[in-house]
Amino acid sequence: MTSAMVSLRGVDKVFSGRKGTSTVALQGINLEIPSGEFVSLLGPSGCGKSTLLRIVGDLLEPTSGAVSVNGKSPARARHDRDYGMVFQQATLLEWRRVLGNVALPLEVTGMAEPERTERARAMLKLVELLEFADHYPWQLSGGMQQRVAIARALTLEPALLLMDEPFGALDEMTRERMQMELMRIWQETQTTVLFVTHSIPEAVFLSTQVVVMSPRPGRVAGIVDIDLPQPRVFETREETKYFDKLVEVREVLRTEDE
Amino acid sequence: MVAAAPPIPSSFRGLRSLFGLLVVLLVLAGFWEGYKLLEGSGLPLPIRADDRSMPHLWDILRSIFEPARRGSEESLGWVLTKASLVTFREAVAGFLAGSVIGLGLGLLFVRSPLAERGLMPWVIASQTIPLLAIAPMVVLWAGKYRLPLWIPIAALAAFLSFFPVTVNTIRGLRSPSPTSAELFRSIAASPSQEFRKLRIPAAFPYLFTALKIAAGASVVGTIVGELPSGLPDGLGRQLLTFSYYYSSGPEKLYAAVLFAVLLGLTFVAVVALIERLVIPPARRVAS
Amino acid sequence: MSRALRRYLAPALVFIAVIALWEFFVRAAGIQGFLLPPPSEVVRTVSEEWPVVWSAGLFTLREALGGLLGGTIAGVAVAFAVSRWSTIRLGIQPLAVAAGSAPIIALAPITNQWFGITNPVSKMAVVAVMVFFPIMINMVRGLTDVGGAKVELMSSLAAPDFTTLWKVRLPNSLPYLLSALRVAVALSLIGAVVTEYFGGSRDALGVYISQQAGLTRMAEAWAGIVVATLLGAGLQVLVMGVERALIPWHPSRRPTLA
Repeated sequence: MTSAMVSLRGVDKVFSGRKGTSTVALQGINLEIPSGEFVSLLGPSGCGKSTLLRIVGDLLEPTSGAVSVNGKSPARARHDRDYGMVFQQATLLEWRRVLGNVALPLEVTGMAEPERTERARAMLKLVELLEFADHYPWQLSGGMQQRVAIARALTLEPALLLMDEPFGALDEMTRERMQMELMRIWQETQTTVLFVTHSIPEAVFLSTQVVVMSPRPGRVAGIVDIDLPQPRVFETREETKYFDKLVEVREVLRTEDE
Repeated sequence: MVAAAPPIPSSFRGLRSLFGLLVVLLVLAGFWEGYKLLEGSGLPLPIRADDRSMPHLWDILRSIFEPARRGSEESLGWVLTKASLVTFREAVAGFLAGSVIGLGLGLLFVRSPLAERGLMPWVIASQTIPLLAIAPMVVLWAGKYRLPLWIPIAALAAFLSFFPVTVNTIRGLRSPSPTSAELFRSIAASPSQEFRKLRIPAAFPYLFTALKIAAGASVVGTIVGELPSGLPDGLGRQLLTFSYYYSSGPEKLYAAVLFAVLLGLTFVAVVALIERLVIPPARRVAS
Repeated sequence: MSRALRRYLAPALVFIAVIALWEFFVRAAGIQGFLLPPPSEVVRTVSEEWPVVWSAGLFTLREALGGLLGGTIAGVAVAFAVSRWSTIRLGIQPLAVAAGSAPIIALAPITNQWFGITNPVSKMAVVAVMVFFPIMINMVRGLTDVGGAKVELMSSLAAPDFTTLWKVRLPNSLPYLLSALRVAVALSLIGAVVTEYFGGSRDALGVYISQQAGLTRMAEAWAGIVVATLLGAGLQVLVMGVERALIPWHPSRRPTLA
């Protein structure tokens, strides 16, 4: 248990709505995420996966339960900048060039020049966008913008990478390309990743573990180990084991539906 | 981010804004009187705080109920009210004329892209020319053609009113999404049906936003038009008169300014009231 | 080049047609010059009276710019306070709505009393009030209309409030401020000229125009208006230049895709 990067115990989240109604977004979440793993949170809309991610990232507070990130409270981890976050929208600052966007976390932490530019360029090199350093975000495609967002999330070398459906706004072909990009980057950085998605193939392809969630109330329905060989490559999608895992995950989801 | 506050019913919200406005006005009144307390303290003040430059607020309010002129029976409030009505009539005339013209131009431009390309830049340019500056000439023209003075003054108000109405009519008529337009085409609705059932209703909120702007602008145009024209009855004249005779009663000028400000607010409020009756709350555009 | 030419061709033709018609109509109908001078006479008068009219224009321009500066600084400063403390916003909002409907020009006789009729400060004060509200309202919008995603981003980087203000809210507000500035610049010049109708220095353009009109010297009065128009147009071009320099990244300034 000590090698767990993220630990959730008995976590509930209740949203109080108008006129005294309340929604139970999460109920009794118990989860351990080992360090160095790529874990997906998979489930239909309303199962609370984004909420769970935000609780881990200290962007939301749980109604009850214990959360620890990298051995600390989420608030402490956020202040220590232990994690990087990639949102569904790239959320690049449109008035800054690509390099400036990647350097943003470094500015916030007060890193000085010339290290700052060096580091930002190194991250852009990692996502293979170095030649676009001087471009503005609107000159890049959606997929490229997300790669910049990923570079930005990794600049501070976080122990944990939180990703909230980062490829959701992209078309299927770009998505698959981005997924392979992500796998390549992950091989290099070996960061722990918590990845939210509603796509079964995406979850199975990317992850070492898939946490299946079901809604009303949001809870963990099951955890499926994805022991497909690393590194994940194009051919992985054609292996029999891949399809078996897809079926396995789908079964967990189906039993929850009934 | 977590709990949404219960929605406040709109009538209550209106009351709350009114309350907020009153609080702000009270605070400003406090500043006024507080500033006056600094008089004679020896501090260098940008605006003199004596009673001549800055009459006490209650003196200003009191003067409304007192005679406007020595030896006259009429109270200042009554005189100013009559003047406001004169100005109001001119402003309404200009507002109506300007709105009709603005609407017409807007409809024309939407129907005919050619007209828009040729005339629109001209229309925009007309607003950069400070034609309000021709107010002095307005008098001469009226005199030469023996027009009653209120007509060219109302024309000035119309000139200030028509532009926002034109722009917003166009924006409103063009506001429906392409998908909505496609819907109408898919059920083989005629262009005029699409115009009547889709575009005109969509334009209403935009139109009323512009009408509120036009109402305020027409009051400005009217008051400015009255200045050089020598129109004896309007608020513009009152403002000038009480400036000339400032030393015999500084509060009266402030009272006149107060009435002018209230006139503008009232006119806009009336248009807003009409908007509330015509358009259901859900469809109003936040200005 | 040809696209720009085509765009300006239609209105240019209309302009020429109107001027030609004006000239023809006035001459043919024998309208006395003191009513509506033909354009040729206006042009002649402008060149004859140029020194006087131009210096009057510059005098009024100073008033306009002084008021613009004061009103903008005040508007921006108050906007910072309003966007920061929501209680102030609740109070200021109805005041801003009321001020937008009220004839601010009516304050001119009061400022004339406070600062003296011939003192340019009396006109600057009214212009400043005119300009204050659109600037403040737009600046508030620019500082607060940032979008939850960017705020969450800064939160995930554990950025202090000031950093978020400096790096996100301020750049975001620039387009809003500049668009309000375009309106403000037009208001300031017209405002300065019209406040002078309540009385002003002999060196001022508004006084010149109303005096010339009072002497039925219409060509001179129109010359004054021509100068006012030129100054107004010049200011607009200036603001557009500033926009181009400061916000090359804004959607309105991006090169349109072919």
